[in-house]
Amino acid sequence: MFKKLPEPLSSPLTLYIDGQAVEAERGETVAAVLLRQRTLASRTTPVLESPRAPFCMMGVCFDCLAIINGEASIQTCLVTVQDGMHIERQHGRRSVTS
Amino acid sequence: MKRKYDVIIIGAGPAGMSAAISLRKLNLSVLVVDEQPAPGGQIWRAVERVASSATGKILGDEYRAGETIALRFRSCGAVYEPDTQVWKIEPGWNVFLKHNGQAEAVYAEQVILATGAQERPAPFPGWTLPGVLTVGAAQILLKTSRQIPSEPVWVVGSGPLPILYMAQLLRAGGKIAGWVDTSPPGGWRKALPWAGAAISDWYEIGKGLTWLHEIRKAGVRRVRGVTSVRALGDGQLEQLEYTQSNGSTVRVNASVVLSHEGVVPSIHITQSLGCKHTWSTQQSCLIPVLDEWGQTSEPGMYVAGDGAGIGGAKVACERGELVAIGVAARARRLDSAVAEQRALPVREKINRLSRLRPMLDALYPPRADILKPSDDTIVCRCEELTAGDIRKATAIALPGPNQLKAFTRAGMGPCQGRQCGYTISNIIAEAQQKPVAEVGFYRVRPPLKPITLAEVASLNTDEG
Repeated sequence: MFKKLPEPLSSPLTLYIDGQAVEAERGETVAAVLLRQRTLASRTTPVLESPRAPFCMMGVCFDCLAIINGEASIQTCLVTVQDGMHIERQHGRRSVTS
Repeated sequence: MKRKYDVIIIGAGPAGMSAAISLRKLNLSVLVVDEQPAPGGQIWRAVERVASSATGKILGDEYRAGETIALRFRSCGAVYEPDTQVWKIEPGWNVFLKHNGQAEAVYAEQVILATGAQERPAPFPGWTLPGVLTVGAAQILLKTSRQIPSEPVWVVGSGPLPILYMAQLLRAGGKIAGWVDTSPPGGWRKALPWAGAAISDWYEIGKGLTWLHEIRKAGVRRVRGVTSVRALGDGQLEQLEYTQSNGSTVRVNASVVLSHEGVVPSIHITQSLGCKHTWSTQQSCLIPVLDEWGQTSEPGMYVAGDGAGIGGAKVACERGELVAIGVAARARRLDSAVAEQRALPVREKINRLSRLRPMLDALYPPRADILKPSDDTIVCRCEELTAGDIRKATAIALPGPNQLKAFTRAGMGPCQGRQCGYTISNIIAEAQQKPVAEVGFYRVRPPLKPITLAEVASLNTDEG
C-alpha cells in the first residue's frame, strides 16, 4: 500500500470507489488513489479472474483498468481525478453492453 | 474538414518539447499530442505543478530543470493536446487520434515520434500480484501524487533509476526494507574501458555516487549476487523470495516490491509503419534505424529522444533539436547548408553527452533470468500465459513470434505485446538456438491502443 506525504497542496476532492467516498488531490491520477486503498486491485482479469493493480503507472501495461463513470476498461493511470467521479473495480470479462 | 499541420509531434517529454520549440522558431505549424495530462514526459511528470513544491526539492535539481523547458514549450506557439492517444498512423501522413471518446484523423507533412521509452519488462513468478510495481511506477507516484510506500519497501533490480529513486524515497522519509541488487558482480571492472569518459564526465558519475552514499548512510540492506526472485501471496503480495548465486534461498515479508531492469525504446509505432529496425546488443532491444537527422527508413517519419535508443533526458533534448533542423530543411524552410551548420554543434553535444551510456549499459545489463524465465512465470500478463505455455508452443513447429501469437494468444491482449514481446522473442531464440536478433518481434498492427466502436464511429471521414 502507498501513502501520501504530509504536505497539503490544495482542497481535497471526493470520489467514489465502489460507492465508498474517498479523498483525492487535484492533479493526481485515479490509479494513485486506488493504490492508497486497503485493496490495491483495480480489476480481476478476463482469463483467470486474478486480481491486478496498477503496475507501470505510464500507460503501457494496461493492468490498472477499471470502470470510470460507467465506462469500462479505462486506463486509470491516464485519468486525472475529478470531483464526484465514480470508480468501480472491474471483475472478469467485459460484455458488449458494459 | 481535416486539420492540417506542417508537423505533428507525438509525445511532450524532453525530445517532443525541444523539437516543438525549435520548429516554432522556424515558423512551422506544429501540433503536439500527448498521452499525459501535462507536458514533461515521464522524467518530468507533473513538473509544472511540483517543481517549486517540497516534493520538487526531494526529487532534485535535474527534475526541477524541466520546469523551464515546459514553460518555454507552453509559450512556443505549438498547439498542445494532452490526454490524447495515437491509435494508427497512415503513410502520407494521417495521424489518428482519440481524445475524450472522440476519434480524429489529422494530416501532417512530417511526423516526429517522441514517445520515449518504457521500463524493460522483467518477468518473475508473482510479478502480476497487486503490490508488485515497477520502480518507475513508484517514482511517478512520488512525482504526481507525492506518494510513497507506507511500509518498508523491497527494491529488486539494477540501474541508475532504482538508485535515484531510493535516494529520493529516503529524502521523503520513506523506508527501504532491502535492495536486492541484481547487477552482475565485478561491475567496475566491466566499466573500466570507459574510465576516460568517466573522468571527463565526473559530474555525472558524482551524482550517482552521491545517491549511493545517501543509500549507504541510511543503512539500507543491500543483497548482492541475486540470480532469481519470486513474489508470493494469495491475491496480493505477502512475501518476496530471492535466491543468491551460492544457491541459498531467503524468504521475507513484503507489502510492496518494486522491480527494474532498465528501459527500452518504445517501438510500436515505428514497427507498425514497417520502419527498419536494428538489434542493439548493447541495450538488448530493437532500435529504429535512423539517418543523421533522426529520420526513419520512411521519408518524413522521424524519431527523437529515447525512442531512438536510450540516451537520457539531456540527449533527448538535443535529439529533439536536431530532428527539428532536419524536418525544417526537408520542408525547405531552412537552407540545407544552414541546416548542416546548425546541426554541427548539436551533434557534438549529443556525442559528448552519450559518452557514458556504454558504461551504464555494461554496468547494468538486464539480469539473465528475465530473458529465460522459469516455466511457472507468467510472461504475457494480459492473456496469463506462462513461459511453460510458450515453450510448449515452440515445440509445435518452429514458430516465429507471429505464429506463436496465433497459437497461444500471447501479445493479443490490451497491452499489444508491450509487456511480453521481448520475453517471447527470447524464449523462441533459446528454444531454436538462434540469436534473438534473428527471431525478431511481433508484427505490430493498428489499433496501437484499444479503441471502442463508438470512438471509431466518431471519426471524421470527410476527406476535405
